[in-house]
Amino acid sequence: MDLTTTYMGMALKNPIVPSSSPLSESLDGIRRMEDAGAAAVVMYSLFEEQITLESHQLDHFLSYGTDGFAEALSYFPDMATFKVGPDEYLNLIRRAKKAVGIPIIGSLNGVSTGGWIQYAREIEEAGANALELNVYYIPTDLEMTGAEVEEMYLSILRDVKNAISIPVAVKLSPFFSATANMAYRLAGAGANALVLFNRFYQPDFDLENLEVVPHLVLSNSNELRLPLRWVAILYGRVPADFAVTTGIHALEDVLKGLMAGAKVTMMASELLQSGVQRISQVLEGMVQWMEEYEYESVAQMQGSMSQQRVAEPTAFERANYMKVLGSWRPDPAGQLF
Amino acid sequence: MTRSQVTIDGNEAAAYVAHKTNEVIAIYPITPSSPMGEHADAWSARHEPNIWGTVPLVVEMQSEGGAAGAVHGALQTGSLTTTFTASQGLLLMIPNMYKIAGELTSTVFHIAARSVAAQALSIFGDHSDVMATRSTGWAILFSNSVQEVMDFALIAQASTLEARVPFLHAFDGFRTSHEEMKVEKLTEGDLRAMIDDDLVQAHRGRGLSPDRPVVRGTAQNPDVFFQARETVNPYYLATPDIVQKAMDKFAALVGRQYHLFDYVGAPDAERVVVLMGSAAETAEETARYLVSQGEKVGVVKVRLYRPFSVRHFLAALPSTVKVIAVLDRTKEPGATGEPLYQDVVTAVSEGLADGTAPFASFPRVIGGRYGLSSKEFTPAMVKGVLDEMVKPVPKNHFTIGIVDDVTHTSLEYDPDFDIESADMVRAMFWGLGADGTVSANKNSIKIIGEETSHYAQGYFVYDSKKSGARTTSHLRFGPQAIHSAYLLQKANFVAVHQFGFLERYNVLANAGRGATFLLNSPYGPTSVWDHLPRQVQEQMIAKKLKFYVIDAYDVAQETGMGVRINTIMQTCFFAISGVLPKDEAIQEIKKAIRKTYGKRGEAVVQKNFAAVDAALAHLHQVEIPDQVTSAIEMPPVVPLEAPEFVQKVTATIISGEGDSLPVSALPSDGTYPSGTTQWEKRNIALEVPVWEPDICIQCGKCVLVCPHAVIRAKVYDGSALAGASESFKYADARWKELRDSKYTLQVAVEDCTGCALCVEVCPAKDKSHVGRKAINMQPQLPLREQEKENWDFFKGLPDFPRHDGLSFNNVKNVQLLQPLFEFSGACAACGETPYIKLLSQFFGDRAIIANATGCSSIYGGNLPTTPYTANKDGRGPAWSNSLFEDNAEFGLGMRLTLDKQAEYARELVARWRDLIGPELADDLLSADQSDDAGIEAQRQRVAELKAKLAQGNQDPGLRDLVSLADALVEKSVWIVGGDGWAYDIGYGGLDHVLASGRNVNVLVLDTEVYSNTGGQASKATGLGAVAKFAAGGKPTPKKDLGLMAMSYGNVYVAQVAMGANDAHTVRTFLEAEAYNGPSLIIAYSHCIAHGIDMAKGMYQQKLAVDSGYWPLYRYNPSLRAEGENPLKLDSKAPKIPLKDYVYNETRYRMLTQSNPQAAKRLLAQAQEVVKERWQKYEQMARME
Repeated sequence: MDLTTTYMGMALKNPIVPSSSPLSESLDGIRRMEDAGAAAVVMYSLFEEQITLESHQLDHFLSYGTDGFAEALSYFPDMATFKVGPDEYLNLIRRAKKAVGIPIIGSLNGVSTGGWIQYAREIEEAGANALELNVYYIPTDLEMTGAEVEEMYLSILRDVKNAISIPVAVKLSPFFSATANMAYRLAGAGANALVLFNRFYQPDFDLENLEVVPHLVLSNSNELRLPLRWVAILYGRVPADFAVTTGIHALEDVLKGLMAGAKVTMMASELLQSGVQRISQVLEGMVQWMEEYEYESVAQMQGSMSQQRVAEPTAFERANYMKVLGSWRPDPAGQLF
Repeated sequence: MTRSQVTIDGNEAAAYVAHKTNEVIAIYPITPSSPMGEHADAWSARHEPNIWGTVPLVVEMQSEGGAAGAVHGALQTGSLTTTFTASQGLLLMIPNMYKIAGELTSTVFHIAARSVAAQALSIFGDHSDVMATRSTGWAILFSNSVQEVMDFALIAQASTLEARVPFLHAFDGFRTSHEEMKVEKLTEGDLRAMIDDDLVQAHRGRGLSPDRPVVRGTAQNPDVFFQARETVNPYYLATPDIVQKAMDKFAALVGRQYHLFDYVGAPDAERVVVLMGSAAETAEETARYLVSQGEKVGVVKVRLYRPFSVRHFLAALPSTVKVIAVLDRTKEPGATGEPLYQDVVTAVSEGLADGTAPFASFPRVIGGRYGLSSKEFTPAMVKGVLDEMVKPVPKNHFTIGIVDDVTHTSLEYDPDFDIESADMVRAMFWGLGADGTVSANKNSIKIIGEETSHYAQGYFVYDSKKSGARTTSHLRFGPQAIHSAYLLQKANFVAVHQFGFLERYNVLANAGRGATFLLNSPYGPTSVWDHLPRQVQEQMIAKKLKFYVIDAYDVAQETGMGVRINTIMQTCFFAISGVLPKDEAIQEIKKAIRKTYGKRGEAVVQKNFAAVDAALAHLHQVEIPDQVTSAIEMPPVVPLEAPEFVQKVTATIISGEGDSLPVSALPSDGTYPSGTTQWEKRNIALEVPVWEPDICIQCGKCVLVCPHAVIRAKVYDGSALAGASESFKYADARWKELRDSKYTLQVAVEDCTGCALCVEVCPAKDKSHVGRKAINMQPQLPLREQEKENWDFFKGLPDFPRHDGLSFNNVKNVQLLQPLFEFSGACAACGETPYIKLLSQFFGDRAIIANATGCSSIYGGNLPTTPYTANKDGRGPAWSNSLFEDNAEFGLGMRLTLDKQAEYARELVARWRDLIGPELADDLLSADQSDDAGIEAQRQRVAELKAKLAQGNQDPGLRDLVSLADALVEKSVWIVGGDGWAYDIGYGGLDHVLASGRNVNVLVLDTEVYSNTGGQASKATGLGAVAKFAAGGKPTPKKDLGLMAMSYGNVYVAQVAMGANDAHTVRTFLEAEAYNGPSLIIAYSHCIAHGIDMAKGMYQQKLAVDSGYWPLYRYNPSLRAEGENPLKLDSKAPKIPLKDYVYNETRYRMLTQSNPQAAKRLLAQAQEVVKERWQKYEQMARME
């Protein structure tokens, strides 16, 4: 049974790659994912904004209240160094590269052009096999047009591609007006892979205290539908590899992602919820399933249910939407479910 | 070997040599010596080795007494050992010092000499601490400048090893310990060359060892003690020559030649001043100037004060001397003269008697005091002394630098006498602590001192406030070595970094003619003139100043610097002062920025670079008009209705003119009126809380947490609103018992610090606009006048009567109690003061407070104004601070007096029952005083008793009863202090007082560090927290003080955190007071030293409790009598991981940035400790 695949030119032993999550914050976590069968690991994201914020915070609190009162001209000891930059992140990549045999994919969220380029270079120098650009951006500016948002993505990609030579993937927002066109232009700008989609954590309301609170909700298999549709639509039409990264929880999700056209399927919520051994369980299930249904390789199924290859290509388009709506009926108690 | 030029202060200079030449260092924080210990600890934490290649072991002790004991032990076992201290700390070392000297042990203690507390504590410099050790048998070597501190630290170390006499190496606290000065740094080679390893090994060889057992420290009887005491004489006789030999060796090595007594001045001088310490620099500078003017004067700088070598001293004096003036920086009341004076008189007498004096006839010797508590000592004062010496009968036992209009000791002098050279740049900066002015100036000194051939000196003056603190920086730069150990008299550059200062201080008083004046102004170059006060305009024209303005806050906002305008103003200084070529200066500033801020991250560096670049574009020169046009007058310092003492004395101190107050103006026994902060309207808040009556639910939480008691609530009859201004706000009172009354929440905007703690705790939100609460921050300036009027009106409203109606056992009702602790100088959003304020609301009218030295004694009792105040009946807390270490005992003493007086008074009432009237007497003796109403009723009875006794019977017993009658009303004794006191230095006493069973209440304001001295670790510091003296993260858990106190079984113990459960805090205070025995409340106090957003301090307290780190509990022994378990656990089991609490704080988070592995390990341990401690408490609380 051939489970191998390639992703951005990297030969992978299977198509399951843990996506960016706290599991990759330690060497131990990365090792455990490799042991469970992960084909590669996307590191947790290096956030330029967080580095900057930590710097400013450290500066603020080390300075606050100093040189104002004769008895207490400072409040903290003078430390020789602080690791406020990306050092810890880069060190982990270095250590992971030595400790594990699978490819390590860096993940970067920048703010400034200089930050994107500098940190991309440093991640490459640390030994990452590839880099995923995590453009986690909420366009709240009333003056900013969709075209400008698109150009920002492209510009970041071009800057990074010019700066480094390892493959670069772009993790996409699901909220583009013209997702297909955007994917096409990103591929044209040099994206080696497109990762569908970035899952923006949505804040919640605390009704007791009337506050907006961060609220992390892990994904479920239902959320697979959105990336599944888009990978299927884009597969074969956009010259880049695809990764599905939302809603991959079970064997069936992996199979669906691959059939839509993904080179790899990425898991995070499932691993956080049920443990990294889920990788090996899904892989075992995959072998069994492929045997049962007489598939010889992953390559065989990749893209097999893409829009180009299904019997009814319109199933992925508007008509499908109409059909689904029509299929809803009130339940006997009179409530929608 | 080339020696580098470094710009450092005296503390760093001493610590450098001490750390390099010792193996064990025992430390304890005390101002102004703390930085020496901090340096040593930080260097060892970074594994910086001494000259033998091993890293000195640095250990923090629980007190200076403990440090001395540890030093003694380490010395006795053969380590090269040192410590650093000052003032009371040195006094605590005295017992060990006798031992160390008696055993002929080589060591050097480095002392930043400081006033010993007498009528008041003072953190500033004089020699009273060092002089108190004169009889211990230690050699005393005085350094006069930062360079000498480094040099003498080494000379002392070399000398003690050979002499076997221990050395105090002393230098002037603050003036030298904190003065930034360019010095030549001794190399390791210099240190190696001066320290003789044979002597080191001999020292080690004398150490106790079971391999060569001896007994040292015996007890001796009259037969031999005396003789044995005399055995050390040869060592003392040899010491002066040993020191001179070391000085000579040092001179050969380094080039600077010192003598035991250095004479400077005319070889044929007739008038000679003798002194030691930094003032000797000023005296030398003045003498040289006067000699150049043809005067026959000179100065003897005393280096080795003990052993005092008469031979060397006499040899230093010119034979022509006719009058010697000896200046002492100490006071010895009742003596025939101060110590140095007495030594000089003795030396001269002996020299004349035995023919060794260089003069034939007895010169007149006079003595005087100067410079106590860092009082300025200027060339003008030196000249004043020298002028006195030409008089036929010069004044003896004089003072200089003050006006003594009581015993008329003071000498007159001409304050305008000025000798500063023209080629010296003298720059003075007025700033706020918060704006970074001092930090920037320290940087500037380093730039000039280390990057140019110029000499550089910086000295910084701070007021005593912890919020809105004012700083003045005094900088000198020039081609000649700087010997001026005094503040700038005439500046040729004055920068005012806060526009508001123009109306409050005479900021141009020190500006010389033609000086440059740089002003941070919200008004641009075209309009600024019209906004200057008249007095400022007058001086600008009269002194022909050059004037520049910049809106630095605007630039700071643009470049992300917030309120830190330091880099911007520093850039302007270099741009217009001409100290360096502009481009070179900019380059150097940026270099310094990278050096200072680089380790905090590139973003911080870039932000500062942007500020530098933007500064120049916003700097404008302004032409000064010929005519004064301003009608803006400086407002009175205090309101005209303030009491006379406040008008005459307090206001003078507030305005910065305290030096001008004569002796007669000040109380002779250290007793000051309370309630004076109300007159010091500081107006430091940019934003203040504004009340929204329609949203407010009148819960009282904002009133409870306000650290400065600026938010007050009253409930009153609506008729009292007559005469209120239209802007005065009120609402219907939301109390079911007070349905027809009105309620007002009023803010004293002029006293507010703008901390926003109140807004954070406010639970009431506008239902249509949830971002708007019942209290919101708004700019102060537009509200000031209106709210000032409203505050005055509010004060006039009747206070809610506390002894009828409501029960004050909940937060809502407590807001109606008048705080008797208000407007302190504590940090904005201080976590301690809300507890003290609560204490004052409940018990202030009958409280006596013993306050340990620390933050609470500084914001509680540092002049000019004090926050403890009185109610309309004139009752309020009586407050005193004894020492740091004895506070529990001090408070117990107060209790003993009250108990004894009450007992005697009761005896007298019983004795005179018939005369008093049986009914009144019986009522007096059986009164229930367990609540406010009972107390008030007893006060009425006492008043009645006094009225009866005033009717003429002169029996001594009755007169006693009159003087003691007030003791029949119960008083509340509170022993207040921080964790440094309760957990460390005062623990022994605290333990004893708790064990005494006496009715005292102990309030521990637990910030988990020595906050007042800058955040050194105490035994209250949490495991894994970074603090000074625990730079690698505290490796051991916090001491469980509460559990230790509970072990007595008869102590009421509670742990509270107002931010987590305010109702619990309120209940605890009431229970502690009600318990007839010792009570201990340990109060979580968030602190600036935690590195948190202080506005969210109360939230942080909640996290501490939610994580289980700070369980809330009450242990009430009274419950045992009711068959209940005394321990009530009042918070729930941990519900968030410890990291969610600790990593909100810089003190913990910074370890993750400096040593992530250690942080991880310590966090795991700390989490385990939390779990175990919780389980232990839970188990105890469950026991039947």
